[in-house]
Amino acid sequence: MSANVEVIASGAWASVQDRGRRGWRRIGVPWAGALDPALLRIANALAGNDENAPAIEAFDGGLQLAARGGALRLAVAGNAVLEVEDAHGQRRPHPPWRSLTLHADEVLRVRTLRSGRIAMIAIHGLALPAVMGSCATYARAALGGVDGRALAAGDRLPATPADGPERWLPDPPAIAGDAVRVVPGPQATHFTDAALACLLNSAYRVSAQADRMGVRLDGPPLAHRDAREIVSDATVPGSIQVPGNGLPIVLLADAQTAGGYPKIATVIGADLARVAQCRPGETLRFAAVDVPTAEAAARAAEATTRSLLASIRPLAEAGADHAALYHANLIGGVVHALAPEYRPL
Amino acid sequence: MTVRLLDAGDAAFTIEFGDAIDPLLLAQVNALDAAIAQRRAAGELAGVIETVPTFRSLTVLYDPLLTGRASLQAALAPLLAAGAAKAPGGGRRWRLPVCYGGDHGADLDACAAALGMDRETLIGLHEASEYRVYMMGFMPGFPFMGDLPEALRLPRRSEPRLRVPAGSVAMATALTAIYPWESPGGWHLLGRCPLRLFDARRSPPALLAPGDRVRFVAVSATEYDCLDAAQRAGDDLPAEWLPEATP
Repeated sequence: MSANVEVIASGAWASVQDRGRRGWRRIGVPWAGALDPALLRIANALAGNDENAPAIEAFDGGLQLAARGGALRLAVAGNAVLEVEDAHGQRRPHPPWRSLTLHADEVLRVRTLRSGRIAMIAIHGLALPAVMGSCATYARAALGGVDGRALAAGDRLPATPADGPERWLPDPPAIAGDAVRVVPGPQATHFTDAALACLLNSAYRVSAQADRMGVRLDGPPLAHRDAREIVSDATVPGSIQVPGNGLPIVLLADAQTAGGYPKIATVIGADLARVAQCRPGETLRFAAVDVPTAEAAARAAEATTRSLLASIRPLAEAGADHAALYHANLIGGVVHALAPEYRPL
Repeated sequence: MTVRLLDAGDAAFTIEFGDAIDPLLLAQVNALDAAIAQRRAAGELAGVIETVPTFRSLTVLYDPLLTGRASLQAALAPLLAAGAAKAPGGGRRWRLPVCYGGDHGADLDACAAALGMDRETLIGLHEASEYRVYMMGFMPGFPFMGDLPEALRLPRRSEPRLRVPAGSVAMATALTAIYPWESPGGWHLLGRCPLRLFDARRSPPALLAPGDRVRFVAVSATEYDCLDAAQRAGDDLPAEWLPEATP
């Protein structure tokens, strides 16, 4: 039997994602792809993959993966609480931001996330057919991933056996809490001046309607100056559209490519993953920047991700391994086998 | 109305030619889109990821690590100045089968009542016009087509449906469309088309393209079932329904 990963449980919602599908928005196909691309790149680098290779994007906890047909190399990026169960039922904690060798019939569990709501799980050599240039799952049109849908128990994903050194990221990134930066427009003038001020000066709470398509926000409604609909035009990831009820919706990777609601502002690329990572009930604040500042922020974010990728290093042999593990645990919070999140599922 | 450049974040901007559904605006959009495609094919405009043409605007998506708004807008200025005023031609001419009413078109009778006509008159009017595909979007393969005859124009449903069946032929305002996928939707459902509007294994994946002309042809429920079964089996489109090129 060739090596593969078996999905034992898919958790809240999990799908295969890569950097997404480019070039088809003109026929209505959104990019899809990882909601937090930096996590995709880090997880892949830790697992010894090309940084844009497909990986599993998991919302919240509950995902369980088993190695079949041989030992596999996996890595989790995100503030996840992880546990490995061996073939004899013995459980051991494992820190995120560090690859692991999952031996045949061992199970890796994502118990919960300490912050954010998305973790990326990379698997060395994960191989899936590309559809229209990408493996990204876009479930609404059954494109990419496994049969174009979210992962389900019993799915098997082909991978290659573990090889090369295990790797770790010494200083994992934290999710920033500052205001989410937006560029006003393209239809900011369709709203009252008070509406834009309200968007920039109020706290908005992430509602329960938050998924890969977008995040609906609760808070003070934004008043349209006149018509509540426009002749449909293109949306982009980050567009903040405001339907008739005045409550903003931030569009994400799976959002429709065109829409008839005016868009008051656009969340900049550097901060969009932070919106996607917000759990329902968390609050966001917005701050306006101009386009040159936003473009500079994109370059700065890329430099940060590149320096994180460059800091990934192999775990040394036996002796130093414990020091690295200890350090990783300190960063992510000490993992204790009796902590509540370690109760059996 | 003059051309406006609208900000859309750090990785896109929109060039807006107007704010109406108008073939002349569409011609301007398509001319700029074609000019950009030509420059990109010649290796220029590095960093442009893709362009999205709509009824009355073109959105340019770019990689801010490779280029920026200022340099791209400077490079596009001569293309904009060249302009285009001719009405769009070309495209293919389609006849698309529709099974109107019944379970396939849940709103047909209500629309007929709201428009003060009987269902046969409504179907006849919907069939009689040739529609232009203005743009694709909202979901993969979804064609925005117009213009509906004045006598068929209704606002969207006040309560959008949570579930519109795939293949539904619908109308709202001056537009008609086909939902390629099951989805929520606020348009009025008149019938269903059994042809697959989108298939990732096809090249190109979308059946229709902007600029195509579409006429609807009523078919019986039996014909619908036959075509639907053949399409599900992956058969090629029967010759009867293949499009003609237009001069």
